[in-house]
Amino acid sequence: MRKDQNLGEYLRSQGVSRRGFLKFCSATASLMALPPSAVAQVAEALAAARRPSVIWLSFQECTGCTESLTRSHSPTVESLIFDAISLDYHHTLQAAAGHGAEAAREAAQEENKGEYILVVDGSIPVDNPAYSTIAGISNLDMLKHSAKDCFAIVAVGTCAAYGGLPGAEPNPTGAVAVSDIITDKPIINVSGCPPIPVVITGVLAHFLTFGTIPELDALGRPTAFFGQNIHDRCYRRPFYERGEFAETFDDEGARKGWCLYKLGCKGPITYNACATVKWNQGMGFPIQAGHGCIACSEPRFWDKGGFYDALSTGDWGSREALLGAAAVGAALGAGSAIRARARKRKAMAEEEA
Amino acid sequence: MENMTLLDFARGPGLQWALWIFCLGVLWRIVGAMYLLGTKDLSKFRRNHYIRDGLRACLTRSTPAEAFEDKIRFQHISGYAWHIALFVSVLFFAPHILFFESIFGFSWPHLPNTIILFSGAVATALLIALLIRRVVHPVQRLISTIDDYISIVVVLLPLITGLAAFAHIGGRYETMLALHLLAVELMLIWYPFSKLMHAFMTFPSRYQSGTFFGHRGVKA
Repeated sequence: MRKDQNLGEYLRSQGVSRRGFLKFCSATASLMALPPSAVAQVAEALAAARRPSVIWLSFQECTGCTESLTRSHSPTVESLIFDAISLDYHHTLQAAAGHGAEAAREAAQEENKGEYILVVDGSIPVDNPAYSTIAGISNLDMLKHSAKDCFAIVAVGTCAAYGGLPGAEPNPTGAVAVSDIITDKPIINVSGCPPIPVVITGVLAHFLTFGTIPELDALGRPTAFFGQNIHDRCYRRPFYERGEFAETFDDEGARKGWCLYKLGCKGPITYNACATVKWNQGMGFPIQAGHGCIACSEPRFWDKGGFYDALSTGDWGSREALLGAAAVGAALGAGSAIRARARKRKAMAEEEA
Repeated sequence: MENMTLLDFARGPGLQWALWIFCLGVLWRIVGAMYLLGTKDLSKFRRNHYIRDGLRACLTRSTPAEAFEDKIRFQHISGYAWHIALFVSVLFFAPHILFFESIFGFSWPHLPNTIILFSGAVATALLIALLIRRVVHPVQRLISTIDDYISIVVVLLPLITGLAAFAHIGGRYETMLALHLLAVELMLIWYPFSKLMHAFMTFPSRYQSGTFFGHRGVKA
């Protein structure tokens, strides 16, 4: 996309029909919980949008978030919109390398001061900055420097949003989320391991349409995409209500598509768009594929017990500890009874005397 | 642990402490009571049917004396209905069974959620009705202590929060689940030091009374 082109012109040049574009706008408006009357506004705003500058920083991450976005199901209108932003720095995707790449980042920051969007995936190690560096610059320094002049930050993936896997106990690198470091800029957390591609583009579409950040929940996530509970939207919910559960991954219940609660599904405590938007062009999502939700869009999901432990089990400790407490109780009971008897004997002796 | 949520606390340290206190307290009370059983009975020995007398007392004290039945029929029936509804809700809800299985290592069949929801609602309504009766009825009010009221509230809270979590009422599911677990933990902590201990003590104490009366030749 040329810098002087708007999004509408670019999409037409790529062979996207008006009908296809409006279809995307309707879906986006619907995802963002906007009324049908807003579709025209979304279409108009998106068509006229100039490509915003985006600087994408990848820190302690596995590149899964980038893979999710770029390899999911292209080419689609979503991916073309992603193409339509000016991705001025992304060290996995960009052709430039070394000093040239870093110079491009500095130039984009300078040219778009106060206007560019900073996308971050991966957590930031703070115990020792040397744990993760890019071009000799620590993640911490690069984040602080790049965030200084940005319009807003999109923390893509659970690592950037909440620390994710690098931040799992015992957190050897002292990994933290973007929001733990940057406190003076709007931050949109697009969590998930990885996040759903259309959620990333949806956030972008919201920005292009309204020029503002979307409404966020208490965990900094767009409510349009993270306002729904997986369990509430799960197509297996009726089986939960009827008490029909798969006991193993290959039993009759599993084959019949019964509820995966007993197999550790964390759907009841997870907020994401998986059950509605789904993955792979709306083909399915993990629960539909027969595996329980692992709550990957929630903070510290790695440390919330085993993925295959049912939500209601809890971490009640060990049998030894319980037996120890019972033994102490029994000793106290015996001691208090012996003391009571001694008191009684003494009282009787005094009475007889 | 950093950034621990309310649910993390309720499912982790909160649950562990509550179970430790529960085990310690229950054994304290039971062992203490058992040691006191050895008190010598100085009365003349009159009968030799300890087991029969003990079991008989367990049965006879499970129903009110005929003379009182008219006056306490509501309490009698609702008391049984409440306990049955509570046991169904606690012992036959699939997520509860998974919790018990994680501790005891074995499980049993569960009931459909509709039945659990119904029994939970019945248990909640009956307990509220019994609490109101306790407050309104002059005799009941007279014999009630603070222990009775606290125990009822402490048992009522898990029921209410459990129903709310199930029905997604009052807040996000994880919040209601955390409150439900915290309510259960409060009950576990209160349990050994209150009248809730009757769950462990009722039948042993009836049996002991039966043998005690039998020793003295009392048919009761």
